[in-house]
Amino acid sequence: MNGAEDYLIGEHLTGGYGGANILHDCNIGVGRGEIAVIVGPNGAGKSTAMKAVFGMLNLREGSVRLDGKDITGLTPQARVAKGMSFVPQNHNVFTSMSVEENLEMGAFIRRDDFTDTLGQVFDLFPILKEKRRQAAGELSGGQRQQVAVGRALMTKPKVLMLDEPTAGVSPIVMNELFDRIIEVAKSGIAILMVEQNARQALRIADKGYVLVQGRNRYTDTGAALMANPEVRKAFLGG
Amino acid sequence: MDGILNALILLSNFVIVPGIAYGSQLAIGALGVTLVYGILRFSNFAHGDTMAFGTMATVLLTWALQSWGVSISPFPTALLALPFGIICTILVCLAADRWVYRFYRREKAAPVVFLIASIGVMFVLNGLVRFIIGPDDQRFADGERFIMKAREFKRLTHFNEGITIKTSQGLTVVTAAIVVIALFWFLKRSRAGKSMRAFSDNEDLALLSGINPERVVMITWIIAAALATIAGVLYGLDKSFKPFTYFQLLLPIFASAIVGGLGNPLGAIAGGFMIAFSEVTVTYAYKKFLAYALPGDWAPQGLVQLLSTDYKFAVSFVILVLVLLLRPTGIFGGKAV
Repeated sequence: MNGAEDYLIGEHLTGGYGGANILHDCNIGVGRGEIAVIVGPNGAGKSTAMKAVFGMLNLREGSVRLDGKDITGLTPQARVAKGMSFVPQNHNVFTSMSVEENLEMGAFIRRDDFTDTLGQVFDLFPILKEKRRQAAGELSGGQRQQVAVGRALMTKPKVLMLDEPTAGVSPIVMNELFDRIIEVAKSGIAILMVEQNARQALRIADKGYVLVQGRNRYTDTGAALMANPEVRKAFLGG
Repeated sequence: MDGILNALILLSNFVIVPGIAYGSQLAIGALGVTLVYGILRFSNFAHGDTMAFGTMATVLLTWALQSWGVSISPFPTALLALPFGIICTILVCLAADRWVYRFYRREKAAPVVFLIASIGVMFVLNGLVRFIIGPDDQRFADGERFIMKAREFKRLTHFNEGITIKTSQGLTVVTAAIVVIALFWFLKRSRAGKSMRAFSDNEDLALLSGINPERVVMITWIIAAALATIAGVLYGLDKSFKPFTYFQLLLPIFASAIVGGLGNPLGAIAGGFMIAFSEVTVTYAYKKFLAYALPGDWAPQGLVQLLSTDYKFAVSFVILVLVLLLRPTGIFGGKAV
Protein backbone atom coordinates (compact mmCIF):
# COMPACT_ATOMS: atom_id res chain seq x y z
CA MET A 1 0.00 0.00 0.00
CA ASN A 2 1.28 3.39 -0.87
CA GLY A 3 1.62 6.38 1.39
CA ALA A 4 -0.39 8.82 -0.73
CA GLU A 5 -4.03 9.25 0.15
CA ASP A 6 -6.51 7.16 -1.80
CA TYR A 7 -8.80 8.73 -4.37
CA LEU A 8 -11.95 7.53 -2.63
CA ILE A 9 -11.99 7.00 1.10
CA GLY A 10 -14.67 5.94 3.53
CA GLU A 11 -13.49 6.51 7.08
CA HIS A 12 -14.93 5.36 10.40
CA LEU A 13 -18.19 4.48 8.64
CA THR A 14 -20.85 3.76 11.24
CA GLY A 15 -24.55 3.43 10.52
CA GLY A 16 -27.47 1.24 9.57
CA TYR A 17 -31.00 1.30 8.18
CA GLY A 18 -33.08 1.34 11.33
CA GLY A 19 -32.02 1.80 14.94
CA ALA A 20 -29.15 -0.66 15.11
CA ASN A 21 -25.84 -0.06 13.39
CA ILE A 22 -24.75 -2.50 10.72
CA LEU A 23 -21.38 -0.88 10.07
CA HIS A 24 -19.02 -0.22 12.96
CA ASP A 25 -16.08 2.08 12.35
CA CYS A 26 -15.42 0.63 8.94
CA ASN A 27 -12.60 1.95 6.74
CA ILE A 28 -12.44 1.51 2.98
CA GLY A 29 -10.34 3.19 0.30
CA VAL A 30 -9.34 2.83 -3.32
CA GLY A 31 -6.83 4.68 -5.49
CA ARG A 32 -6.96 5.57 -9.16
CA GLY A 33 -6.49 2.58 -11.43
CA GLU A 34 -6.78 0.23 -8.49
CA ILE A 35 -9.22 -2.55 -7.81
CA ALA A 36 -10.38 -2.81 -4.22
CA VAL A 37 -12.51 -5.77 -3.25
CA ILE A 38 -14.72 -6.15 -0.20
CA VAL A 39 -15.26 -9.75 0.83
CA GLY A 40 -16.73 -11.43 3.85
CA PRO A 41 -19.44 -13.83 4.96
CA ASN A 42 -23.15 -13.23 4.39
CA GLY A 43 -24.50 -10.40 6.48
CA ALA A 44 -21.06 -8.89 7.01
CA GLY A 45 -22.31 -5.54 5.76
CA LYS A 46 -20.47 -5.59 2.42
CA SER A 47 -23.31 -4.11 0.39
CA THR A 48 -24.13 -1.76 3.25
CA ALA A 49 -20.56 -0.46 3.16
CA MET A 50 -20.97 0.24 -0.58
CA LYS A 51 -24.22 2.04 0.06
CA ALA A 52 -22.58 4.07 2.80
CA VAL A 53 -19.82 5.16 0.44
CA PHE A 54 -22.35 6.06 -2.25
CA GLY A 55 -24.59 8.08 0.07
CA MET A 56 -27.50 5.66 0.19
CA LEU A 57 -27.21 5.11 3.94
CA ASN A 58 -27.53 7.59 6.77
CA LEU A 59 -24.19 7.62 8.54
CA ARG A 60 -24.12 8.18 12.29
CA GLU A 61 -20.38 8.64 12.25
CA GLY A 62 -17.60 8.75 9.74
CA SER A 63 -16.98 10.53 6.47
CA VAL A 64 -16.49 9.89 2.78
CA ARG A 65 -13.83 11.76 0.82
CA LEU A 66 -13.41 11.91 -2.93
CA ASP A 67 -10.15 13.33 -4.26
CA GLY A 68 -9.48 14.88 -0.86
CA LYS A 69 -12.86 16.64 -0.65
CA ASP A 70 -15.49 15.72 1.89
CA ILE A 71 -18.63 14.43 0.12
CA THR A 72 -20.36 12.93 3.16
CA GLY A 73 -23.36 15.26 2.81
CA LEU A 74 -23.94 14.73 -0.90
CA THR A 75 -26.90 12.79 -2.33
CA PRO A 76 -26.17 9.80 -4.59
CA GLN A 77 -27.20 11.91 -7.61
CA ALA A 78 -24.70 14.61 -6.67
CA ARG A 79 -22.03 11.95 -6.30
CA VAL A 80 -22.80 10.76 -9.84
CA ALA A 81 -22.16 14.28 -11.03
CA LYS A 82 -18.85 14.26 -9.11
CA GLY A 83 -17.65 11.25 -11.08
CA MET A 84 -18.86 8.28 -9.06
CA SER A 85 -20.85 5.50 -10.65
CA PHE A 86 -22.66 2.63 -9.01
CA VAL A 87 -23.88 -0.72 -10.33
CA PRO A 88 -26.41 -2.19 -7.87
CA GLN A 89 -26.58 -5.91 -7.33
CA ASN A 90 -30.18 -6.33 -8.46
CA HIS A 91 -32.40 -4.46 -10.90
CA ASN A 92 -29.38 -2.85 -12.48
CA VAL A 93 -30.73 -2.48 -16.02
CA PHE A 94 -33.84 -0.87 -17.52
CA THR A 95 -35.45 -4.13 -18.62
CA SER A 96 -38.04 -2.62 -20.97
CA MET A 97 -35.52 -0.45 -22.78
CA SER A 98 -33.06 -1.45 -25.48
CA VAL A 99 -29.37 -1.95 -24.74
CA GLU A 100 -28.53 1.28 -26.50
CA GLU A 101 -31.20 3.20 -24.59
CA ASN A 102 -29.82 1.79 -21.33
CA LEU A 103 -26.42 3.17 -22.21
CA GLU A 104 -27.96 6.49 -23.25
CA MET A 105 -29.69 6.75 -19.89
CA GLY A 106 -26.31 6.10 -18.27
CA ALA A 107 -25.08 9.21 -20.04
CA PHE A 108 -28.14 11.23 -19.00
CA ILE A 109 -26.22 13.83 -16.99
CA ARG A 110 -23.86 14.46 -19.89
CA ARG A 111 -24.80 17.32 -22.17
CA ASP A 112 -21.93 16.75 -24.61
CA ASP A 113 -21.71 14.24 -27.43
CA PHE A 114 -21.22 10.81 -25.90
CA THR A 115 -20.85 8.73 -29.08
CA ASP A 116 -17.15 8.13 -28.39
CA THR A 117 -17.92 6.75 -24.91
CA LEU A 118 -20.63 4.59 -26.47
CA GLY A 119 -18.00 3.30 -28.89
CA GLN A 120 -15.62 2.54 -26.02
CA VAL A 121 -18.31 0.60 -24.17
CA PHE A 122 -19.12 -1.34 -27.33
CA ASP A 123 -15.38 -2.08 -27.77
CA LEU A 124 -15.21 -3.33 -24.20
CA PHE A 125 -18.37 -5.43 -24.53
CA PRO A 126 -18.74 -6.34 -28.25
CA ILE A 127 -21.86 -8.43 -27.59
CA LEU A 128 -23.71 -5.27 -26.58
CA LYS A 129 -23.11 -3.71 -29.99
CA GLU A 130 -24.60 -6.78 -31.59
CA LYS A 131 -27.67 -6.63 -29.34
CA ARG A 132 -28.00 -2.85 -29.15
CA ARG A 133 -31.61 -2.86 -30.35
CA GLN A 134 -32.74 -5.70 -28.09
CA ALA A 135 -34.55 -5.05 -24.81
CA ALA A 136 -32.14 -5.47 -21.89
CA GLY A 137 -34.70 -7.66 -20.11
CA GLU A 138 -34.38 -10.28 -22.86
CA LEU A 139 -30.63 -10.76 -22.39
CA SER A 140 -28.84 -13.50 -20.45
CA GLY A 141 -27.54 -12.84 -16.94
CA GLY A 142 -23.98 -12.24 -18.05
CA GLN A 143 -25.03 -9.91 -20.85
CA ARG A 144 -27.24 -7.98 -18.45
CA GLN A 145 -24.28 -7.44 -16.15
CA GLN A 146 -22.34 -6.11 -19.13
CA VAL A 147 -25.19 -3.68 -19.85
CA ALA A 148 -25.19 -2.66 -16.19
CA VAL A 149 -21.44 -2.02 -16.13
CA GLY A 150 -21.62 -0.32 -19.53
CA ARG A 151 -24.39 1.98 -18.31
CA ALA A 152 -22.28 2.96 -15.31
CA LEU A 153 -19.28 3.70 -17.54
CA MET A 154 -21.25 6.09 -19.75
CA THR A 155 -20.72 9.03 -17.41
CA LYS A 156 -16.94 8.57 -17.81
CA PRO A 157 -16.69 8.03 -14.05
CA LYS A 158 -13.50 8.26 -12.02
CA VAL A 159 -14.81 5.72 -9.53
CA LEU A 160 -16.80 2.64 -10.47
CA MET A 161 -18.56 0.79 -7.70
CA LEU A 162 -19.83 -2.73 -8.39
CA ASP A 163 -22.06 -4.65 -6.00
CA GLU A 164 -21.53 -8.35 -6.77
CA PRO A 165 -21.11 -8.00 -10.52
CA THR A 166 -20.77 -11.76 -10.97
CA ALA A 167 -23.81 -12.83 -8.96
CA GLY A 168 -25.66 -15.53 -10.81
CA VAL A 169 -23.37 -15.88 -13.82
CA SER A 170 -21.40 -18.94 -14.94
CA PRO A 171 -17.67 -19.31 -14.06
CA ILE A 172 -16.66 -18.65 -17.67
CA VAL A 173 -18.70 -15.46 -17.81
CA MET A 174 -17.32 -14.48 -14.40
CA ASN A 175 -13.72 -14.71 -15.66
CA GLU A 176 -14.76 -12.70 -18.75
CA LEU A 177 -16.26 -10.00 -16.55
CA PHE A 178 -13.19 -9.88 -14.29
CA ASP A 179 -10.98 -9.46 -17.37
CA ARG A 180 -13.15 -6.53 -18.49
CA ILE A 181 -13.01 -5.01 -15.01
CA ILE A 182 -9.20 -5.20 -15.05
CA GLU A 183 -9.28 -3.45 -18.43
CA VAL A 184 -11.48 -0.70 -17.00
CA ALA A 185 -9.11 -0.26 -14.04
CA LYS A 186 -6.15 0.01 -16.39
CA SER A 187 -7.79 3.05 -17.98
CA GLY A 188 -7.28 4.82 -14.65
CA ILE A 189 -10.67 4.30 -13.04
CA ALA A 190 -10.79 3.40 -9.36
CA ILE A 191 -12.85 0.25 -8.87
CA LEU A 192 -14.49 -0.70 -5.60
CA MET A 193 -16.45 -3.93 -5.62
CA VAL A 194 -18.18 -6.38 -3.38
CA GLU A 195 -17.70 -10.01 -4.32
CA GLN A 196 -19.23 -13.28 -3.28
CA ASN A 197 -16.54 -15.21 -5.20
CA ALA A 198 -13.82 -14.10 -2.80
CA ARG A 199 -10.99 -16.25 -4.11
CA GLN A 200 -11.30 -15.13 -7.73
CA ALA A 201 -11.92 -11.53 -6.77
CA LEU A 202 -8.91 -11.25 -4.46
CA ARG A 203 -6.74 -12.65 -7.24
CA ILE A 204 -7.36 -9.50 -9.31
CA ALA A 205 -7.52 -7.12 -6.35
CA ASP A 206 -4.90 -4.53 -5.48
CA LYS A 207 -6.57 -4.15 -2.12
CA GLY A 208 -8.78 -6.46 -0.17
CA TYR A 209 -11.06 -5.75 2.74
CA VAL A 210 -12.42 -8.63 4.77
CA LEU A 211 -15.46 -7.49 6.70
CA VAL A 212 -17.05 -9.42 9.52
CA GLN A 213 -20.16 -8.13 11.26
CA GLY A 214 -19.67 -4.65 9.90
CA ARG A 215 -16.05 -4.33 11.07
CA ASN A 216 -12.75 -4.51 9.22
CA ARG A 217 -11.23 -7.90 10.09
CA TYR A 218 -8.33 -7.98 7.62
CA THR A 219 -7.09 -5.29 5.28
CA ASP A 220 -4.19 -5.95 2.94
CA THR A 221 -3.26 -6.39 -0.71
CA GLY A 222 -5.21 -9.06 -2.55
CA ALA A 223 -2.16 -11.29 -2.85
CA ALA A 224 -1.28 -10.97 0.84
CA LEU A 225 -4.82 -11.87 1.89
CA MET A 226 -4.71 -14.88 -0.41
CA ALA A 227 -1.47 -15.95 1.26
CA ASN A 228 -2.71 -15.36 4.81
CA PRO A 229 -3.49 -18.80 6.28
CA GLU A 230 -6.14 -17.45 8.65
CA VAL A 231 -8.01 -15.71 5.85
CA ARG A 232 -7.70 -18.79 3.68
CA LYS A 233 -9.06 -21.01 6.38
CA ALA A 234 -11.93 -18.81 7.48
CA PHE A 235 -13.06 -17.13 4.27
CA LEU A 236 -11.59 -18.83 1.24
CA GLY A 237 -12.42 -22.42 2.05
CA GLY A 238 -8.90 -23.62 2.90
CA MET B 1 -76.94 -9.02 -51.53
CA ASP B 2 -78.47 -5.62 -51.04
CA GLY B 3 -79.82 -6.83 -47.73
CA ILE B 4 -76.36 -7.74 -46.41
CA LEU B 5 -74.89 -4.44 -47.62
CA ASN B 6 -77.73 -2.48 -46.04
CA ALA B 7 -77.14 -4.42 -42.83
CA LEU B 8 -73.43 -3.56 -42.89
CA ILE B 9 -74.15 0.10 -43.58
CA LEU B 10 -76.59 0.13 -40.70
CA LEU B 11 -73.99 -1.45 -38.44
CA SER B 12 -71.35 1.06 -39.56
CA ASN B 13 -73.66 3.94 -38.82
CA PHE B 14 -74.77 2.86 -35.36
CA VAL B 15 -71.89 0.73 -34.10
CA ILE B 16 -68.62 1.13 -35.98
CA VAL B 17 -68.47 4.92 -36.48
CA PRO B 18 -69.62 5.81 -32.94
CA GLY B 19 -67.47 3.01 -31.53
CA ILE B 20 -64.33 4.33 -33.18
CA ALA B 21 -65.03 7.88 -32.00
CA TYR B 22 -65.85 6.82 -28.44
CA GLY B 23 -62.89 4.42 -28.44
CA SER B 24 -60.54 7.23 -29.44
CA GLN B 25 -61.86 9.41 -26.62
CA LEU B 26 -61.42 6.63 -24.07
CA ALA B 27 -57.96 5.85 -25.45
CA ILE B 28 -56.73 9.42 -24.94
CA GLY B 29 -58.25 9.46 -21.46
CA ALA B 30 -56.71 6.09 -20.59
CA LEU B 31 -53.31 7.22 -21.88
CA GLY B 32 -53.33 9.97 -19.26
CA VAL B 33 -54.26 7.54 -16.49
CA THR B 34 -51.66 5.01 -17.59
CA LEU B 35 -48.86 7.59 -17.79
CA VAL B 36 -49.56 8.88 -14.29
CA TYR B 37 -49.67 5.29 -13.05
CA GLY B 38 -46.40 4.42 -14.78
CA ILE B 39 -44.48 7.39 -13.41
CA LEU B 40 -46.16 8.38 -10.14
CA ARG B 41 -47.32 4.85 -9.39
CA PHE B 42 -50.87 5.54 -8.32
CA SER B 43 -54.33 5.41 -9.88
CA ASN B 44 -55.32 9.02 -10.41
CA PHE B 45 -59.01 9.18 -9.58
CA ALA B 46 -59.03 12.89 -10.32
CA HIS B 47 -58.50 12.22 -14.02
CA GLY B 48 -62.19 12.38 -14.92
CA ASP B 49 -62.61 15.70 -13.18
CA THR B 50 -59.35 16.94 -14.66
CA MET B 51 -61.00 16.27 -18.02
CA ALA B 52 -64.05 18.20 -16.85
CA PHE B 53 -61.92 21.12 -15.68
CA GLY B 54 -60.02 21.30 -18.96
CA THR B 55 -63.23 21.11 -20.94
CA MET B 56 -64.80 23.82 -18.80
CA ALA B 57 -61.87 26.16 -19.42
CA THR B 58 -62.12 25.44 -23.12
CA VAL B 59 -65.91 25.93 -23.14
CA LEU B 60 -65.62 29.30 -21.40
CA LEU B 61 -63.12 30.62 -23.91
CA THR B 62 -65.16 29.13 -26.77
CA TRP B 63 -68.17 31.13 -25.62
CA ALA B 64 -66.06 34.26 -25.35
CA LEU B 65 -64.65 33.71 -28.83
CA GLN B 66 -68.16 33.07 -30.19
CA SER B 67 -69.43 36.30 -28.62
CA TRP B 68 -66.51 38.18 -30.21
CA GLY B 69 -67.51 36.71 -33.56
CA VAL B 70 -64.30 34.68 -33.92
CA SER B 71 -64.90 31.55 -35.96
CA ILE B 72 -62.88 28.95 -37.80
CA SER B 73 -65.91 27.41 -39.51
CA PRO B 74 -66.29 24.66 -40.69
CA PHE B 75 -64.23 23.63 -37.65
CA PRO B 76 -65.68 24.12 -34.16
CA THR B 77 -64.42 27.23 -32.36
CA ALA B 78 -63.53 24.98 -29.41
CA LEU B 79 -60.49 23.84 -31.35
CA LEU B 80 -59.16 27.39 -31.17
CA ALA B 81 -59.82 27.53 -27.44
CA LEU B 82 -58.28 24.11 -26.78
CA PRO B 83 -54.67 25.30 -26.22
CA PHE B 84 -55.97 27.75 -23.61
CA GLY B 85 -57.87 24.95 -21.88
CA ILE B 86 -54.76 22.78 -21.91
CA ILE B 87 -52.64 25.50 -20.32
CA CYS B 88 -55.22 26.09 -17.55
CA THR B 89 -55.37 22.36 -16.83
CA ILE B 90 -51.59 22.04 -16.78
CA LEU B 91 -51.46 24.81 -14.18
CA VAL B 92 -54.11 23.09 -12.08
CA CYS B 93 -52.33 19.73 -12.26
CA LEU B 94 -48.97 21.26 -11.38
CA ALA B 95 -50.59 23.11 -8.47
CA ALA B 96 -52.19 19.87 -7.26
CA ASP B 97 -48.82 18.17 -7.47
CA ARG B 98 -47.09 20.99 -5.65
CA TRP B 99 -49.65 21.25 -2.87
CA VAL B 100 -50.80 17.66 -2.50
CA TYR B 101 -48.83 14.91 -4.20
CA ARG B 102 -45.33 16.26 -3.61
CA PHE B 103 -45.85 16.07 0.13
CA TYR B 104 -46.74 12.39 -0.09
CA ARG B 105 -43.87 11.75 -2.46
CA ARG B 106 -41.42 13.11 0.10
CA GLU B 107 -43.12 11.00 2.77
CA LYS B 108 -42.68 8.04 0.45
CA ALA B 109 -46.35 7.27 1.03
CA ALA B 110 -47.93 4.01 -0.12
CA PRO B 111 -49.78 4.09 -3.47
CA VAL B 112 -53.12 3.76 -1.71
CA VAL B 113 -52.44 7.01 0.16
CA PHE B 114 -51.84 8.75 -3.16
CA LEU B 115 -55.05 7.22 -4.46
CA ILE B 116 -57.04 8.61 -1.54
CA ALA B 117 -55.35 11.98 -1.97
CA SER B 118 -56.32 11.94 -5.65
CA ILE B 119 -59.94 11.38 -4.59
CA GLY B 120 -59.59 14.56 -2.54
CA VAL B 121 -58.24 16.41 -5.55
CA MET B 122 -61.15 14.97 -7.52
CA PHE B 123 -63.69 16.48 -5.09
CA VAL B 124 -61.97 19.85 -5.18
CA LEU B 125 -61.91 19.95 -8.97
CA ASN B 126 -65.45 18.63 -9.07
CA GLY B 127 -66.63 21.45 -6.80
CA LEU B 128 -64.62 24.05 -8.68
CA VAL B 129 -66.17 23.08 -12.01
CA ARG B 130 -69.72 23.08 -10.64
CA PHE B 131 -69.08 26.37 -8.92
CA ILE B 132 -67.80 28.05 -12.07
CA ILE B 133 -69.92 26.61 -14.87
CA GLY B 134 -72.69 24.77 -13.00
CA PRO B 135 -73.80 21.16 -13.07
CA ASP B 136 -75.96 21.46 -16.17
CA ASP B 137 -75.50 20.24 -19.69
CA GLN B 138 -73.56 22.75 -21.82
CA ARG B 139 -73.39 22.79 -25.59
CA PHE B 140 -70.46 24.48 -27.22
CA ALA B 141 -70.13 22.77 -30.59
CA ASP B 142 -70.47 24.99 -33.61
CA GLY B 143 -69.21 25.03 -37.21
CA GLU B 144 -70.24 22.40 -39.73
CA ARG B 145 -72.03 19.58 -37.89
CA PHE B 146 -71.62 16.75 -40.40
CA ILE B 147 -68.91 15.44 -42.63
CA MET B 148 -71.46 13.13 -44.24
CA LYS B 149 -75.22 13.03 -43.75
CA ALA B 150 -77.25 9.86 -44.08
CA ARG B 151 -79.48 11.48 -46.69
CA GLU B 152 -76.54 12.41 -48.91
CA PHE B 153 -75.09 8.94 -48.52
CA LYS B 154 -78.41 7.42 -49.61
CA ARG B 155 -78.66 9.81 -52.57
CA LEU B 156 -75.15 8.95 -53.70
CA THR B 157 -75.39 5.20 -53.26
CA HIS B 158 -79.13 4.43 -53.56
CA PHE B 159 -79.07 2.19 -50.50
CA ASN B 160 -81.96 2.23 -48.02
CA GLU B 161 -79.61 2.93 -45.15
CA GLY B 162 -77.15 5.75 -44.80
CA ILE B 163 -73.99 6.53 -42.84
CA THR B 164 -73.77 9.72 -40.85
CA ILE B 165 -70.35 10.96 -39.84
CA LYS B 166 -70.37 13.93 -37.49
CA THR B 167 -67.58 16.51 -37.70
CA SER B 168 -66.85 15.81 -34.05
CA GLN B 169 -66.34 12.12 -34.83
CA GLY B 170 -63.97 12.80 -37.71
CA LEU B 171 -62.16 15.36 -35.60
CA THR B 172 -61.88 12.91 -32.72
CA VAL B 173 -60.27 10.22 -34.82
CA VAL B 174 -57.83 12.59 -36.55
CA THR B 175 -56.86 14.29 -33.29
CA ALA B 176 -56.46 10.97 -31.52
CA ALA B 177 -54.17 9.72 -34.28
CA ILE B 178 -52.04 12.88 -34.10
CA VAL B 179 -51.88 12.81 -30.30
CA VAL B 180 -50.93 9.13 -30.18
CA ILE B 181 -48.23 9.48 -32.84
CA ALA B 182 -46.81 12.57 -31.14
CA LEU B 183 -46.85 10.89 -27.72
CA PHE B 184 -45.15 7.74 -28.94
CA TRP B 185 -42.56 9.73 -30.82
CA PHE B 186 -41.89 11.70 -27.65
CA LEU B 187 -41.58 8.58 -25.47
CA LYS B 188 -39.46 6.66 -27.96
CA ARG B 189 -37.16 9.30 -29.34
CA SER B 190 -36.83 12.35 -27.12
CA ARG B 191 -34.42 12.57 -24.21
CA ALA B 192 -37.17 13.60 -21.81
CA GLY B 193 -39.44 10.80 -23.05
CA LYS B 194 -36.72 8.21 -22.61
CA SER B 195 -36.03 9.46 -19.11
CA MET B 196 -39.75 9.01 -18.36
CA ARG B 197 -39.63 5.43 -19.57
CA ALA B 198 -36.47 4.80 -17.59
CA PHE B 199 -38.07 6.26 -14.46
CA SER B 200 -41.17 4.13 -14.96
CA ASP B 201 -39.06 1.02 -15.56
CA ASN B 202 -36.66 1.31 -12.61
CA GLU B 203 -36.90 4.33 -10.35
CA ASP B 204 -33.76 3.60 -8.31
CA LEU B 205 -31.58 3.07 -11.33
CA ALA B 206 -32.99 6.24 -12.92
CA LEU B 207 -31.88 8.14 -9.82
CA LEU B 208 -28.43 6.54 -10.03
CA SER B 209 -28.23 7.67 -13.65
CA GLY B 210 -28.80 11.27 -12.59
CA ILE B 211 -32.37 11.56 -13.87
CA ASN B 212 -34.17 14.26 -11.88
CA PRO B 213 -37.41 12.74 -10.53
CA GLU B 214 -39.15 16.09 -9.99
CA ARG B 215 -38.61 16.98 -13.61
CA VAL B 216 -39.95 13.64 -14.81
CA VAL B 217 -43.01 14.11 -12.60
CA MET B 218 -43.57 17.62 -13.95
CA ILE B 219 -43.41 16.49 -17.57
CA THR B 220 -45.81 13.66 -16.74
CA TRP B 221 -48.37 16.07 -15.28
CA ILE B 222 -48.06 18.37 -18.28
CA ILE B 223 -48.72 15.51 -20.68
CA ALA B 224 -51.49 14.02 -18.54
CA ALA B 225 -53.22 17.42 -18.29
CA ALA B 226 -52.98 17.95 -22.05
CA LEU B 227 -54.34 14.47 -22.76
CA ALA B 228 -57.18 14.92 -20.25
CA THR B 229 -58.23 18.24 -21.79
CA ILE B 230 -58.09 16.91 -25.34
CA ALA B 231 -60.09 13.82 -24.41
CA GLY B 232 -62.62 15.93 -22.51
CA VAL B 233 -63.12 18.49 -25.26
CA LEU B 234 -63.49 15.82 -27.94
CA TYR B 235 -66.04 13.97 -25.83
CA GLY B 236 -67.88 17.23 -25.15
CA LEU B 237 -67.99 18.15 -28.84
CA ASP B 238 -69.25 14.69 -29.71
CA LYS B 239 -71.90 14.52 -27.00
CA SER B 240 -72.19 17.47 -24.64
CA PHE B 241 -70.40 18.82 -21.58
CA LYS B 242 -71.90 17.81 -18.27
CA PRO B 243 -69.57 17.59 -15.26
CA PHE B 244 -71.26 14.50 -13.81
CA THR B 245 -70.86 12.56 -17.06
CA TYR B 246 -67.12 13.23 -16.93
CA PHE B 247 -66.95 11.87 -13.43
CA GLN B 248 -68.75 8.76 -14.67
CA LEU B 249 -66.26 8.42 -17.53
CA LEU B 250 -63.68 7.47 -14.91
CA LEU B 251 -64.96 3.89 -14.93
CA PRO B 252 -64.63 3.13 -18.67
CA ILE B 253 -61.33 5.03 -18.74
CA PHE B 254 -59.86 3.02 -15.88
CA ALA B 255 -61.28 -0.15 -17.39
CA SER B 256 -59.49 0.71 -20.65
CA ALA B 257 -56.19 1.40 -18.94
CA ILE B 258 -56.39 -1.75 -16.80
CA VAL B 259 -57.58 -4.03 -19.61
CA GLY B 260 -54.60 -2.95 -21.70
CA GLY B 261 -52.23 -3.15 -18.73
CA LEU B 262 -51.65 -0.18 -16.44
CA GLY B 263 -48.48 1.71 -17.28
CA ASN B 264 -48.50 0.44 -20.86
CA PRO B 265 -49.44 3.21 -23.35
CA LEU B 266 -50.10 0.83 -26.23
CA GLY B 267 -52.38 -1.21 -23.98
CA ALA B 268 -54.34 1.93 -23.03
CA ILE B 269 -55.19 2.57 -26.67
CA ALA B 270 -56.19 -1.01 -27.37
CA GLY B 271 -58.15 -1.07 -24.11
CA GLY B 272 -60.00 2.12 -25.05
CA PHE B 273 -61.28 0.60 -28.27
CA MET B 274 -62.11 -2.71 -26.63
CA ILE B 275 -64.21 -1.06 -23.95
CA ALA B 276 -65.89 1.27 -26.42
CA PHE B 277 -66.83 -1.48 -28.84
CA SER B 278 -68.01 -3.76 -26.05
CA GLU B 279 -70.28 -1.00 -24.76
CA VAL B 280 -71.66 -0.11 -28.16
CA THR B 281 -72.14 -3.66 -29.45
CA VAL B 282 -73.78 -4.94 -26.30
CA THR B 283 -76.23 -2.04 -26.03
CA TYR B 284 -77.16 -1.85 -29.72
CA ALA B 285 -80.59 -3.15 -30.80
CA TYR B 286 -79.96 -5.57 -33.65
CA LYS B 287 -83.57 -5.90 -34.83
CA LYS B 288 -83.21 -3.89 -38.03
CA PHE B 289 -79.76 -5.29 -38.73
CA LEU B 290 -81.10 -8.85 -38.56
CA ALA B 291 -84.10 -7.92 -40.67
CA TYR B 292 -81.73 -6.90 -43.43
CA ALA B 293 -79.22 -9.68 -42.96
CA LEU B 294 -81.61 -12.64 -42.58
CA PRO B 295 -83.83 -13.96 -45.35
CA GLY B 296 -87.36 -12.47 -45.67
CA ASP B 297 -89.60 -13.62 -42.83
CA TRP B 298 -86.84 -14.51 -40.35
CA ALA B 299 -86.83 -10.97 -39.03
CA PRO B 300 -87.02 -11.01 -35.22
CA GLN B 301 -89.98 -9.60 -33.34
CA GLY B 302 -88.09 -8.14 -30.40
CA LEU B 303 -85.40 -5.47 -30.31
CA VAL B 304 -82.55 -8.00 -29.99
CA GLN B 305 -80.78 -5.70 -27.58
CA LEU B 306 -78.58 -7.51 -25.08
CA LEU B 307 -78.54 -4.69 -22.54
CA SER B 308 -80.36 -1.42 -22.20
CA THR B 309 -78.08 1.61 -22.73
CA ASP B 310 -78.69 2.49 -19.09
CA TYR B 311 -76.47 -0.46 -18.23
CA LYS B 312 -73.55 0.53 -20.42
CA PHE B 313 -71.35 1.13 -17.39
CA ALA B 314 -71.99 -2.44 -16.30
CA VAL B 315 -70.20 -3.55 -19.46
CA SER B 316 -66.90 -1.86 -18.55
CA PHE B 317 -67.33 -3.05 -15.00
CA VAL B 318 -67.78 -6.69 -16.01
CA ILE B 319 -64.79 -6.53 -18.36
CA LEU B 320 -62.74 -4.92 -15.63
CA VAL B 321 -63.61 -7.63 -13.12
CA LEU B 322 -62.91 -10.41 -15.64
CA VAL B 323 -59.53 -8.98 -16.56
CA LEU B 324 -58.55 -8.50 -12.93
CA LEU B 325 -59.57 -12.09 -12.19
CA LEU B 326 -57.99 -13.75 -15.19
CA ARG B 327 -55.08 -11.55 -16.16
CA PRO B 328 -54.34 -8.88 -13.53
CA THR B 329 -51.51 -7.32 -15.52
CA GLY B 330 -53.81 -6.65 -18.46
CA ILE B 331 -53.80 -8.07 -21.95
CA PHE B 332 -50.65 -6.28 -23.07
CA GLY B 333 -48.82 -6.79 -19.78
CA GLY B 334 -48.49 -3.75 -17.56
CA LYS B 335 -47.88 -3.63 -13.87
CA ALA B 336 -50.00 -5.71 -11.54
CA VAL B 337 -52.67 -3.60 -9.88
